[in-house]
Amino acid sequence: MITDIAAWLLDPSNWTGDEGVLRQAWLHLLYCLFAVCAAALFAVPLGLYIGHTGRGSVFVVGFSNAMRALPTLGLVTGLAVLFRGSVALAALVVLAFPAVLSGTYAGVRAVPSQAVDAAKGMGMTSKQRLWQVELPNALTLLMGGVRNAMLQVMATTAVAAYVGLGGLGQLLIEGQTIGRYDQMASAAILIALLAVLVDLALAGLTWLLVPRGVTLTAANTGARPRGRRKQR
Amino acid sequence: MIEFRSVRKQYDDGTVAVQELSLTVPVGTITVLVGPSGCGKTTLLRMVNRMIEPSSGTVLVDGDDVRDSDPAGLRRGIGYVIQQAGLFPHRTVRDNVATVPRLFGHSRRDARRRAEGLLERVGLPAELRKRYPVQLSGGQQQRVGVARALAADPPVLLMDEPFSAVDPVVREGLQDELLRLQGELGKTVLFVTHDIDEAVKLGENVAVLRQGGYLAQYAPPEQLLAEPADDFVTSFVGRDRGYRRLSFVDSDGLVPGPVDTVRIGDTSADVPSQAEWVLVLDPHDRPRGWLPPGAPIHGQLTEDQLIAGGSLHTSGAPLRGALDAALSAPSGLGVVVDEDGVHLGVVTARQVLDILESRRHPAVTEGAVQ
Ligand SMILES: Nc1ncnc2c1ncn2[C@@H]1O[C@H](COP(=O)(O)OP(=O)(O)OP(=O)(O)O)[C@@H](O)[C@H]1O
Ligand SMILES: [Mg+2]
Repeated sequence: MITDIAAWLLDPSNWTGDEGVLRQAWLHLLYCLFAVCAAALFAVPLGLYIGHTGRGSVFVVGFSNAMRALPTLGLVTGLAVLFRGSVALAALVVLAFPAVLSGTYAGVRAVPSQAVDAAKGMGMTSKQRLWQVELPNALTLLMGGVRNAMLQVMATTAVAAYVGLGGLGQLLIEGQTIGRYDQMASAAILIALLAVLVDLALAGLTWLLVPRGVTLTAANTGARPRGRRKQR
Repeated sequence: MIEFRSVRKQYDDGTVAVQELSLTVPVGTITVLVGPSGCGKTTLLRMVNRMIEPSSGTVLVDGDDVRDSDPAGLRRGIGYVIQQAGLFPHRTVRDNVATVPRLFGHSRRDARRRAEGLLERVGLPAELRKRYPVQLSGGQQQRVGVARALAADPPVLLMDEPFSAVDPVVREGLQDELLRLQGELGKTVLFVTHDIDEAVKLGENVAVLRQGGYLAQYAPPEQLLAEPADDFVTSFVGRDRGYRRLSFVDSDGLVPGPVDTVRIGDTSADVPSQAEWVLVLDPHDRPRGWLPPGAPIHGQLTEDQLIAGGSLHTSGAPLRGALDAALSAPSGLGVVVDEDGVHLGVVTARQVLDILESRRHPAVTEGAVQ
């Protein structure tokens, strides 16, 4: 079995061509990036707004709980089958949305209240406070939300193949149809591997984005999610 | 000048934090708000920069109703040190301080230069400038907080328990530094603390607040200690107030007496009779410690043969220092020094008490003069 999988993976003809691993992996990656970026485009501003003003925080909690209760795979498949084609990508966007939203929201709420108070007290406007204090300090949790979203989307994008969009899921479905279990297993491994690589890349991006002082603070306070300095 | 005119604050849940309170903070002085936890000090302080709006009454800064200015602009012109410093974790020490000049539109370079000057002024070592707040001790953070509040050179400074999170020794250092800075800068400072010692040390005027936001007494510290307005102030001012009051009693008429002295490095031949305690000086005549009566000296006198001295009384400083010097010295003789730390003579506790006694009967003294 393992040798079968290895043989499949090592066969160059499986990698190239229109239906090959490289192209499918590329599509897979594109869909995921698109879905998470599109979700972030809406979820980050919304999360920042709700975190900053405190208005609508009930919505965030309720919304993400509701999303957690939904059978996401079923939802995505349903949407994909219903709408077919590239509209199915919208389902992936919906899937990525709550993780990014709640990560952003939690990030803003976890900014040390004293820093926010000091920012206000020194005469920062509401906007300056958001951009100069809340956002930089929220980045760790915000990026955590993005990574969560990406993992979920990565796993679910296999469904995109059902509606003819391709991606690594294509290899999976194909393998099932023609009874090639080595191909199915290989596809599953590749999906997992791609997810790990992308997560690593995002970890690197997080490291680049999060200001050093914030990282140090988190390390020093035992990465408590509330992020407040220890008293003394 | 900061003026509270019958301000009152009732929070949405019905808590009355400040009760119809009027108070004037004179220009160029430190005024301290002191009182037990929850008595409304922070609430009162934050009304000045509109972090909290009073339910009724008016707050004036330099004669202008604060409600007439837009909050952000008003706050930029008022320095504010919040409890526990509240530094920005994501910015270096220098950039924390540079934040306010940046808000005023200065270039990054100018803002940083100004920040460096201020950090030096509050006594933060230059090598700490590029650190992040989490890499500083509590006391260092407090200094940065003060530097940041001073960054726009505001005429008015609000400080909310700025030194409460540090140990007593560091706190004392920070207090001295604040007094020194205030001597240079002459800001109008409103300072909140729940520590009566700190209030008495720093304040030119002290407002004692009582639970529920009542002003119990507003007076210069010496008056507060001498004539507490009521039982609450009496108990709040505490047990040692007689002793503390000596901080405000000048030491005029206290004449240091002579004492036998030797220098470090002298041999037993140089030492006088040794029937009494002998004060040991360094080559610059600064006191180093004491030799007990009859103590043997082997060879040259070195530091480790000495008994540590007590506190020193600087000539002209208040009587509290003189009494403490006498009480803390192993010989019972308080060492008096000049501004440079050079030995002038010694005083006994008896002398201090005699001065106090003689001032208590001024009629007798005056009679003697006439
Ligand atoms: N936002 C708020 N809502 C309701 N009550 C409040 C609020 N802020 C403060 N209080 C109450 O108002 C009173 C005064 O609070 P304040 O913070 O001014 O006290 P404080 O003198 O600064 O105390 P501490 O020394 O503990 O800092 C307290 O009883 C407090 O519980
Ligand atoms: Mg307070």
